[in-house]
Amino acid sequence: MNAASADAIPAQRFDWIPPALLLAIVLGAFAMIGTPSTWVTLTVAGLAMGLLIFIMASGLTLVFGLMDVMNFAHGLFIAIGAYVAASTVKFFSAAAGADSFLANLGAVVPAILAAALVAGLLGWFFERVIIKPVYGQHLKQILITTGGMIVAEQLIHVFWGPDLLPLARPATLRGSFLIGDIAIEKFRLIAVVVGLAVFIAMLLLLNRTKIGLLIRAGVENKEMVEAMGYRIRRLFVGVFVAGSALAGLGGALWGMYQESVTVHIGANMMVLIFIVIIIGGLGSIGGCFAGALLVGLVANYVGYLSPKIALGSNILLMVMVLLWRPQGLYPVSKQ
Amino acid sequence: MADALLTLAGVHTHIGHYHILQGVDLAVPRGELTMLLGRNGAGKTTTLRTILGLWRASAGSIRFEAEDIAQCDTPAIANLGFAYVPESMGIFASLTVRENLVLAARSGPLDEARLEWIFRFFPPMKKFWQLPAGLLSGGQKQMLSISRAIVEPRKLVLIDEPTKGLAPAIIQNLIEAFAELKKSDTTILMVEQNFHAAKSLGDSVAVMDAGRIVHAGRMADLAADAALQARLLGLSLEAHQ
Repeated sequence: MNAASADAIPAQRFDWIPPALLLAIVLGAFAMIGTPSTWVTLTVAGLAMGLLIFIMASGLTLVFGLMDVMNFAHGLFIAIGAYVAASTVKFFSAAAGADSFLANLGAVVPAILAAALVAGLLGWFFERVIIKPVYGQHLKQILITTGGMIVAEQLIHVFWGPDLLPLARPATLRGSFLIGDIAIEKFRLIAVVVGLAVFIAMLLLLNRTKIGLLIRAGVENKEMVEAMGYRIRRLFVGVFVAGSALAGLGGALWGMYQESVTVHIGANMMVLIFIVIIIGGLGSIGGCFAGALLVGLVANYVGYLSPKIALGSNILLMVMVLLWRPQGLYPVSKQ
Repeated sequence: MADALLTLAGVHTHIGHYHILQGVDLAVPRGELTMLLGRNGAGKTTTLRTILGLWRASAGSIRFEAEDIAQCDTPAIANLGFAYVPESMGIFASLTVRENLVLAARSGPLDEARLEWIFRFFPPMKKFWQLPAGLLSGGQKQMLSISRAIVEPRKLVLIDEPTKGLAPAIIQNLIEAFAELKKSDTTILMVEQNFHAAKSLGDSVAVMDAGRIVHAGRMADLAADAALQARLLGLSLEAHQ
């Protein structure tokens, strides 16, 4: 048979408009800031902030895309990650206080791994106990996850106390690299490297493995995935645990970035995280990445250029993006 | 008639407050293509979805070979050897043609010989191998949906209105492809509104009305009896011939 043999090959085009928008904002900021050294510092700060938000938000966007679960307690995993990292760095205080970069890594790496592990385990427990009974019921999901977060915050008070917990960066990760009159904070560079590594790892997982294909397919049409013989609920538990672990990892890095931890560290990030996943397109990892960079850069540029509107700048950004693309920068087609 | 691979006995399905299937009795003979016909809203799609566990039967039994699957969940039923081509086609738009087929091949890597067999039916699948499925035309999406269902041998393929909304040339291509598929002894249960396609492909037929099977027999007998067609399928028949 010769079905559709006369059809031309449809064009497969990457949507370059969001990256072009990012580039336009970066170049526009250069024109408005005027001082190259300040512009570089702010750009690196914006990229670092954006990539940290991406690490924390990527799991949530997949959870929402895959199972339509509105998890308002995602900030809990960020907070737990930050607290576990603070305790781990304290435990390895000798390594953290040494003047050797390798010795410092001996404190930072265990702190990050412990944060991801504990947040992942807590995510598994949370999904089984809190989320599972309310699948498909959005209002109950909002109420029960918000309630779960409040209870968990009180438990954090019980374990770690109500006071602000210091999370000092190891000695060699403090300060800045100086290139001419450009100062680039060391820890921000580390955040950029870790954020890019997480993004690349997620792209490889989602595009090169069968598990990744199943996640992408499940975000689009979970009924069809089940009709093909795959248990979407098991997949979802795995994604929820991985998303929680990433939030814990992000919380650990964010805590080190802030050099202190409070019980509200996660909740305070949730507004930005929701803005990022809405701007990006719910369920879209590429969109989450682009949205996070957009939010990070705009927050830093506006904070420098016009501090008075810095607080509302990301809300304004979200409104403008949604007026332009109501489904987000890279919407996921759903059936 | 061959022995039944799938048997529904007194199957009822409720969707919310609506009582859709009201005691469906149906036997799908092994190795044959069974057509499920009926007016819009008769319960054909609900029957397929109930068989696959996408809607849970509220009463009755669904036996596949020796096993009652009425209360099994969808993945467990699918893994018994089912494939499903939904009315919406259910393709994954952001995945390429290749990735759609990789997911459909549950038991392992894609079988090259099987792929070549599929490409003979559906050449566009080879042509657009690395293209996101969302960019395919309607007919090509339907070809992909069917290709997924047959990318590995399955005991029973459930197909819901494969010709719906397609151009006549594409419909003829699909009819030829299903005729080839029948030669591989695959058992097929197909919902179809296009009576021309139904009578040229069907071995046996069941006609539904108001959530029940009101006629079951050989397709050739129904095709030869205009009065029976008019009585069972009504005015809608003429529009599809």
